[in-house]
Amino acid sequence: MLRYTLGRLLSGVITVWFIATATFLAMHAVPGDPLMNEKATTPEIRQNLAKKYGLDRPLPEQYVIFLSNMAQGDFGLSFTQQNRRVNDIIRDHFPVSAALGVLAIAFAAAGGILWGALTALYRNRLPDVIIMFLVILGISVPSFVFAALGQLALVNLNQWSGTSILPVAGWGTLSHMLVPSLVLGLGTMALLTRLMRSSMLEVVNEDYIKTAKAKGLSAPRIFFKHQLRNAILPVITVLGPQIAAITTGGFVVELVFAIPGLGRYFVQAVQQLDYTVIMGTTVFYGAFLVLMVIIVDIIYGFIDPRVRLK
Amino acid sequence: MSLERPLTEADFSPAPGSAAAEQLTRPSLSFWQDAWRRLKSNTRAIISLYLIIGLAFFTLAGPLLWTQDPAAQDLDQISQAPALPKTARLVADYQPFAAPIVADHPSEPEDYPDELAAVAELSVLGAATTQSVKLTWAPVDQAGGYSIYRSERKPEGLLGLGLPLETVNAGNIVGFEDRLNLKSQPYYYSIVPTDGFDEFDVVTTIKVEPEQSITISQAVLQGLATPDDLPGQVIPLAFHPFGTDYLGRDILARLMQGARVSLFIGVVAPLIYVLFGVFYGGFAGYLGGKIDQILMRFADFVVALPFLLFMILFKIAFGIGPGESGVMPMLVALILLLWPATARLVRGQVLKIREQGYIEAARLLGGGSSYLILRHIIPNTMGVILVTLTFAVPSAIFTEAFLSFIGMGVAPPTPSWGSMCNEGVKTMLSHPHELFFPALFISITVLAFNLLGDGLTEALDSKMRTRDQ
Amino acid sequence: MLLSGLPNFIESTMTLRLIFCLLLCATQSHAFADAVDAASATVKIAIAQEPPQLNSMKATDQVSIFVLGHVMEGLTRYDRRGNLAPGVAERWELEDQSATFWLRKDAKWSNGDPVTAHDFVFAWRNVVNPSTASEYAFILYPVKNAEAINQGELPISDLGITAIDDHTLSVVLERPTGYFINLTAFITTFPVQEKFYQSRRDSYAADAKDMIYNGAFTLTDWVHSASLNMRKNPMYWNADAIKLNAIDADYITADTRARLNLFIDGKIAYTQLDGETYKDALNNQFRIKKFVTGSVYFLEYNYRPNRLTRNQNLRKAIQAAFDPEEFVNKVLQTPGNLPGRSLFPTWVKGVNATFRQEFPATVNKPDLVRARALLEQAKAELNVENIPPLIMLVSDSPTSTKQAEYMQGMLKTRLGLDIKIDVQTFKQRLAKMTSGDFDIVGAGWGPDFDDIMTFGDLFASWNLNNRGRYNNPEYDRLVRVAMNSSDPTTRMTAMAGLQTILYDEAVLLPMYEQGVIYLQHPKLKGMRRTVLGSDPDFTYARIAP
Repeated sequence: MLRYTLGRLLSGVITVWFIATATFLAMHAVPGDPLMNEKATTPEIRQNLAKKYGLDRPLPEQYVIFLSNMAQGDFGLSFTQQNRRVNDIIRDHFPVSAALGVLAIAFAAAGGILWGALTALYRNRLPDVIIMFLVILGISVPSFVFAALGQLALVNLNQWSGTSILPVAGWGTLSHMLVPSLVLGLGTMALLTRLMRSSMLEVVNEDYIKTAKAKGLSAPRIFFKHQLRNAILPVITVLGPQIAAITTGGFVVELVFAIPGLGRYFVQAVQQLDYTVIMGTTVFYGAFLVLMVIIVDIIYGFIDPRVRLK
Repeated sequence: MSLERPLTEADFSPAPGSAAAEQLTRPSLSFWQDAWRRLKSNTRAIISLYLIIGLAFFTLAGPLLWTQDPAAQDLDQISQAPALPKTARLVADYQPFAAPIVADHPSEPEDYPDELAAVAELSVLGAATTQSVKLTWAPVDQAGGYSIYRSERKPEGLLGLGLPLETVNAGNIVGFEDRLNLKSQPYYYSIVPTDGFDEFDVVTTIKVEPEQSITISQAVLQGLATPDDLPGQVIPLAFHPFGTDYLGRDILARLMQGARVSLFIGVVAPLIYVLFGVFYGGFAGYLGGKIDQILMRFADFVVALPFLLFMILFKIAFGIGPGESGVMPMLVALILLLWPATARLVRGQVLKIREQGYIEAARLLGGGSSYLILRHIIPNTMGVILVTLTFAVPSAIFTEAFLSFIGMGVAPPTPSWGSMCNEGVKTMLSHPHELFFPALFISITVLAFNLLGDGLTEALDSKMRTRDQ
Repeated sequence: MLLSGLPNFIESTMTLRLIFCLLLCATQSHAFADAVDAASATVKIAIAQEPPQLNSMKATDQVSIFVLGHVMEGLTRYDRRGNLAPGVAERWELEDQSATFWLRKDAKWSNGDPVTAHDFVFAWRNVVNPSTASEYAFILYPVKNAEAINQGELPISDLGITAIDDHTLSVVLERPTGYFINLTAFITTFPVQEKFYQSRRDSYAADAKDMIYNGAFTLTDWVHSASLNMRKNPMYWNADAIKLNAIDADYITADTRARLNLFIDGKIAYTQLDGETYKDALNNQFRIKKFVTGSVYFLEYNYRPNRLTRNQNLRKAIQAAFDPEEFVNKVLQTPGNLPGRSLFPTWVKGVNATFRQEFPATVNKPDLVRARALLEQAKAELNVENIPPLIMLVSDSPTSTKQAEYMQGMLKTRLGLDIKIDVQTFKQRLAKMTSGDFDIVGAGWGPDFDDIMTFGDLFASWNLNNRGRYNNPEYDRLVRVAMNSSDPTTRMTAMAGLQTILYDEAVLLPMYEQGVIYLQHPKLKGMRRTVLGSDPDFTYARIAP
């Protein structure tokens, strides 16, 4: 078990190195000069800036410097916010994205498991058809449309009720998070519903369910103890990658709901060609994703006795 | 059960052979025939198949039937909602308007007045057309200027006056011309007198309904009239069944052109990366051993790249040249990032199948490698591959839409459903049709491929097969 | 029926969730104050983006200028009517080659220290110091030796600024600069206390606690990307005139629809509208206001060798085909924008009235016949059958791509000219502009200071912002005449000469002078929209009861 975990962690480190290298190469392949700005500057000023960020050195040297700084957990100074460290940016804004993501995953998992179980129970009957139609809607409308609609619904809700039931945008309290995380989790919820549905249908025909029925167990007991529990397993495997996808994919919601998450920084950094922020966020997210997958795999080993970690 | 009589020799002789028992009464079905039969019995899947055929027809044959140029700008019909064909009156080309000035009226008040009278004699000058609406009014004593507002509904109170069109800063200028994106619908123009700085709380409102019109030179450019046609004639305008967008472009034509981009990315990208993944994964799975490990480790690396971040990064690293649509960079980025998922899946399947009894049997019966691969391994992985493919299509369409939202999608003027959606969502309340149609088409496509994928899963899955019987 | 108990179970969890939500909402609702509050004199707003940096010596963007204009103050400032007024300097004297400022004794930093002449010397030297790499260093170029220092040719101690004593500042000028006093209201010339700066160095102005303030407000809280809170500065010398206690930028989002939704919801007191959102504002029966921002937008041509756009008849053909009125009315669609007629916007001051009143720009009448004739001439001169596609470089913002699409369609139908749109993200576009990889580029220019020269020298051959490398000795000569003179009539006549050259040679294609429409809370009074400096200016705003 320990050896397995250590082995996974080691391969995780190599993966992060691979991500860092890929980002470095892709970023430097982007045409454009990160030190240019709307107002033209003299070559001297540009040179000074290049020196400050170490861009005057040859590329391989920059790569080595970057790797060694990264190994010490230092991503350097941002190019656009010239007096902020990338580490500070990640520290300040990742928790926001993560909180939003966790709540979104919670919504998605709760909804997905519930709807999925329901559709399986009422297979090919009206509830199934209705829920599956909604699911399809959930995965067939782009997230920015949902975000805009969600906010509009909030405005109308508040206008209709005459008070501020839920804030329209902003950040700070749990009430700020509800609708954005629901919007964010919608796609994943739809995905999990489908997964749960097919997984339930598979389980229903297993021998142990028949055995349980034959034994005379009560219906709720069979449902919760045997069917649901076994059907949830495949759902849990996809949660790991989904958490990462949701936390990185939050910038639509972050922009529309004025949420200070890390996703906005990344998009802005790419547009501004802010080398250090691009590197920092990508490597950080990459490491986060790798870690999530490892953790989910280990948890899976605990839940499902059939999986032996070796 | 007890034996009533002693057994004889004859009891142990084989029963007489019957040709009828050996006869195939039902047609023999291959795996694919069976799958097809089962797919056909799935109504949802069949509907989705028809939808996909319909989409292909819309994309490929649509532009031949609906020949409007998707880039043509009909500036007389901007953001037009879906409607029946319209007509317009030909008018002469625009002539600059000089606002009437009352010569014997002071332009500034002598003293700052405490109160101002409401504007009187507000009237329309000449014909009100969608080219221009000219207003005039009688000067207000002691006024230092006038503010002109325009609203689409009758103003109630001072707040709802509408758009602040213009502020005239002289009390003796008593005319104004509005040319701001006029439509043939009722407008309420309100004039508020000012002392030169502040507006007073008195309003005069007039209702004007401009007539749809088009200038001769514009009509000639669009091929709707000849230079010899005279002003006053009524001519039909270009017909836009699905309405127009913010530059007056035909939405139906743009949807057809956009389908080429969206479906191209949606279908071709998955096709290529699934195919590559199949070869890569199949190769690794079939060979096994060290090579398998090295190949799969590399695939693991690529899987670990945060998808959206790298999609954006690759997209701008490849760049878009002038006049290019940027479809190719997007395609390459999608392929580069998404092949390993299929590769892993296929490899897993191959490993599983390789261990199956029937492979062993086939090998014992003398089946060669190529026979095994072609006859057993590929057909048995095909199900998984097809299902992956059908689900990959919607996700590729979505990625394109997402990139459009952050301004990194296809470059204008090339439309895609995603970029049209993104434009439409901004005006979803005032011009809902600009969002509705592209969103509808994305939904139909995603729905069709999803249902087909579901149908295929059920048709191809051996476990499902046993359940139905 | 497998499960009879399940629906009940689900129902009960749903109810639970609902109750939870209601409880949550009930406890939350009181936490939201209104957009304006008369009792506490608070106004809440949203800003479009996080200020990249609040270091006044280096900041360049609109949001930083907005914040700095409220929390810091230069030698001079703008009063509630928008006129230049005393700031830290009580009075001043401007001569041809020098300026002297007498600083008020009661100007204080928020830590209690007095604002002295040394703080200005320190800041100005830092701005022109090449190692600071300030993009706005050119603002100080009228000061003696500033340009040479900025280019690393002279030490920073040679800058023509001296503190005669704590409260007297003397500036030596490079050449007569009539608008020099205007520059001292701009953020780049704001003071910085050396002692405090040295205690923070690299992290100066990175956070609310890493700055000290001498303006009407102080920054009390800065949660990055989330909120920025400003409070009335009790140390401010003119604190009695400040009516607002707090400006809370509680929301940071560039999404205009989100901001409109916040306004409808009563969370913010001011928001700008655009072509996409104004109809929704109209439907809510809000009073819409308009304002001309003072920026001009135009198309620039590339004059580098072998570029087709060097051909004057080709440019004139485009000029003759383009109808700025149609563009403003049909494409921009919002009121307030003025058709582009000149490089100089309508608000720029002339000798006595505005420049454009004194020297009206030629109004270009769109004329298709003339345009086509000019194009034929251009083809003959260029010796081509058809003009090859021209590359139009634009930024990736929705507005600029929309405008490029219009131009592309318009030139195709009217002249048969093919345009290839080249959409690039911010930095890539800049790189292409600098290297000259375009035929036509969409650009805009906003004023940096209150003088016609902020626009006038844009196409001078030495100006690095002249991305098309337009080079006309006569143009350069006229710019120099205006630069070296302090006589308004001479200067404006020279500028009128520029305006004529720009039109006659179709050096650029003016598209529009930007106007914006916005919503303002009816109880918010005295908010000043301004062409220069901090816009909008809340300094003298108040909340009506």
